[in-house]
Amino acid sequence: MADFKAGDAVPELRVTPDKYLTNRYAGASGDFNPIHIDADFAKSVGLPSNILHGLYSMGLVAKAAAQGLGGGDPRSLKKLTVQFRGMGLPEQEIVVTGSVKEVEGDRVTVDLEAAQGGNRIIRNAQAELEL
Amino acid sequence: MAIKTDAVGKSWPSTTYQVGREKIKEYATVLGIENPVHYDVGAAREAGFRDVVAPPMFAVVYSMHALAPAMFDPEVGMNFATMVHGGQTFEWDEPACSGDEITTTAKCISIEEKLGNGFYVFETTSVNGAGAEVVRGTWTNIVRGV
Repeated sequence: MADFKAGDAVPELRVTPDKYLTNRYAGASGDFNPIHIDADFAKSVGLPSNILHGLYSMGLVAKAAAQGLGGGDPRSLKKLTVQFRGMGLPEQEIVVTGSVKEVEGDRVTVDLEAAQGGNRIIRNAQAELEL
Repeated sequence: MAIKTDAVGKSWPSTTYQVGREKIKEYATVLGIENPVHYDVGAAREAGFRDVVAPPMFAVVYSMHALAPAMFDPEVGMNFATMVHGGQTFEWDEPACSGDEITTTAKCISIEEKLGNGFYVFETTSVNGAGAEVVRGTWTNIVRGV
């Protein structure tokens, strides 16, 4: 039985990716697009600097949902949908927040977002968990 | 100029990826996911998994191999200079564990123009060696100014 009700907050997740995080994420994921790992290249295509991989930020949203409500059980997360908006930058704290939208038996639907200060890098995220 | 939609419905050849313990560990470490089921085979088996289990978002690691040829296909014709990853959905079923061979197929499900931007949507479907679906991904890429 899900032990949550609509309106409950998802425990906040705070992470500050260090300068070399994007290199490690590139290695782990296989996505070596230079906009993520080469600041000079990123600037040459009009970006402020090298930017975080969107799927890394989505990974943190998935972690916040599975860890915060599912006790870290990888089977708990059944669906996650996100929109990528603002660009995420290394060396700035990411805060993932969320709240329970609906509970139906064991199925919990959660709204989430990820932001760096006022820059909401992931919006309208919705997770479905089975608890 | 109208957006090119010839590739809608097209599928690309499947790719097969063998999930391994060290790759799961590397991915979980980068995300700071600490549950021992991602690191230790004993802990994973005790929790009911066949072997060390991947975090759900590890799906990107094996899906990407199938998706890349679709994204770079000239018949799709995305302009990478103005492309951004606009949205993503994953729906998980059977967990992915070390030793699994996961086969992923990519398909273009829609190409649409909205307010002068191109929306290119791909779907990846991943199944394990037993034929069970592991994950279905929906990838939305937005190309500005088509």
